Amino acid sequence: MKAMARSRASGISPLRRREALEGYLWISPWIIGFTVFTLGPMLVSLYLSFTSYKIGANPTWIGLENYVEAFTRDKLFWPSLGRTLAYAVVLVALGVSLSLLAAILLNNIRGKSFFRALFYLPSLTPTVALAVIWAWLLQPEYGLVNFVLSWFGIQGPGWFTSRTWVIPGIILVSLWASIGGGRMIIFLAGLQGVPQEMYEAAEIDGAGQIAQFFHITIPLISPTILFNAIISIIGSFSVFSLAYIATEGGPNYGSWFYMLHLYHNAFSYFQMGYASALAWILFVIMMSLTLFQMWLSKRWVHYEYSEGGQ
Amino acid sequence: MTTNAAQKTASRQVSQSIVRPDLIWKLLAYLIAIIAAIFFALPFFWTIGTSLKQQTELYTFPPTFIPSSPRWTNYSEVFRLAPFGTFLLNTAIVTAAAVFGQVLSSAVVAFGFARFRFPGRNALFVVVLATMMLPWHVTIVPSFLLFRSLGWLNTFLPLIVPSFFGASAFSIFLLRQFFLSIPRDLDEAAKIDGANSFQVFWQVILPLSKVALATVAIFAFIEHWNEFIGPLIYLNSTEKFTVSIGLRYFLATPITGDEPRDAILMAASLIVALPPLLLFFFAQKYFVQGIVTTGMKG
Repeated sequence: MKAMARSRASGISPLRRREALEGYLWISPWIIGFTVFTLGPMLVSLYLSFTSYKIGANPTWIGLENYVEAFTRDKLFWPSLGRTLAYAVVLVALGVSLSLLAAILLNNIRGKSFFRALFYLPSLTPTVALAVIWAWLLQPEYGLVNFVLSWFGIQGPGWFTSRTWVIPGIILVSLWASIGGGRMIIFLAGLQGVPQEMYEAAEIDGAGQIAQFFHITIPLISPTILFNAIISIIGSFSVFSLAYIATEGGPNYGSWFYMLHLYHNAFSYFQMGYASALAWILFVIMMSLTLFQMWLSKRWVHYEYSEGGQ
Repeated sequence: MTTNAAQKTASRQVSQSIVRPDLIWKLLAYLIAIIAAIFFALPFFWTIGTSLKQQTELYTFPPTFIPSSPRWTNYSEVFRLAPFGTFLLNTAIVTAAAVFGQVLSSAVVAFGFARFRFPGRNALFVVVLATMMLPWHVTIVPSFLLFRSLGWLNTFLPLIVPSFFGASAFSIFLLRQFFLSIPRDLDEAAKIDGANSFQVFWQVILPLSKVALATVAIFAFIEHWNEFIGPLIYLNSTEKFTVSIGLRYFLATPITGDEPRDAILMAASLIVALPPLLLFFFAQKYFVQGIVTTGMKG
């Protein structure tokens, strides 16, 4: 008792202090890495966003000038932001619901692991290979997609060569690559946490499959839906590689996403200050959207039943 | 007895009438599953077919799935027309080093979070998790400037070194969860035998965590093999290229001869995509476990 009282009085016992020191030592690689490769760069990027900085010269403080430039003068800023936002909304809505449907499907058929593996494969394909392969699949004259459409009497569009169809094309490729990926596997695990008795009880009450889906499945896995939605939004806002390789932002800036704009400002025009401002604008938008989603989730996410996602 | 039997027949009838709509759902489910399977698999088969085509067969309508006379040399052309062997070797070096660093540093950090009490531990762990949601673009400009001032541009170091400093929150999280599931009694027993915490880590925890470590290694492999933006920004001479930017270089290189350019490009894409796909075939169960552990903690 006395010893305890003494150790409480002096704050921390030597044993506890030793343990704490050892703990910091073990996590020190992460502390160093986080400081040098994440936190430091983030702060530097915030500082640079208020400067004019071309590589080679010194950064000069210009206040909010970069932000004013983006919001009022940069002709590509608003279109690329709007395009990215539209792409993200469609992709997240379609992607999350199709992944959920795929998971429910897998849960209800035999040969689950076979189909799961097959659905998962596209998500392993490197983006560069994905872009090259799909540029050919969507080739307007000799591509597979338009060939299949022709079976149904549909004259396929020009896809990556058409300003109207380039974004739907990229959405199609993104869906192919992501429906069966990690998101679907997480849904599968979430569905496993739904107690089977609830379906049985609903069946006795005469609830059909569709009623069960909306009144049991959806509420019970709502935390998983939220998690997947947040991760997907972040991913789809960062869309870059696919458009960069397959279309180079074209035709006529038709797929010039926000990240392409940022990338070219930084690494083609070497406007490091302006690129940093672009990065922070997108970061603030993404953070707000994530927080908004979390706030909104209070209305539709049910944590009390869920066994899996806490 | 008779009433019992009657009840049984009745209940069977009831269940049959329930089964009927069920049967329709089942049929529909299999139909959708097969269509989806075709949707996901067909592009792969199509690409394999295209990669073996002759120049003339590439541009015919209707297109053919199986080339009439496969041109196997398309695959060797990949290595003749671009230094693809070098690209593969570079990628193997970067991936091996980064995977090693990621597994090692994640295990060390995860051990710290799982086994020691220190002020601010929970807050720091929340920061680890938050970095999982951090989009890559916020740090890209200053990271480039940092590596530039270190003289690391056009070297593999920017692609490797961060891995040794706990760059993957996902791996740290996954290993911490796993370490927490190992009973502390084992640590205590080793400590009574005189082991220090390094020995506990090395001789008790790691040998028990082979599955979790393999899972982390597999995900790290896929991540680094497929990495595009890093190499794009940090590497600028052809002999340093990894496969992902090598493929893009290939895309931009004109071919002067009469080789079937698009077919060779497909062959190259398949070569780039093959290692992750093969790994998946041999290690499927690790994938599912790994994703489930992280996903469920959302």
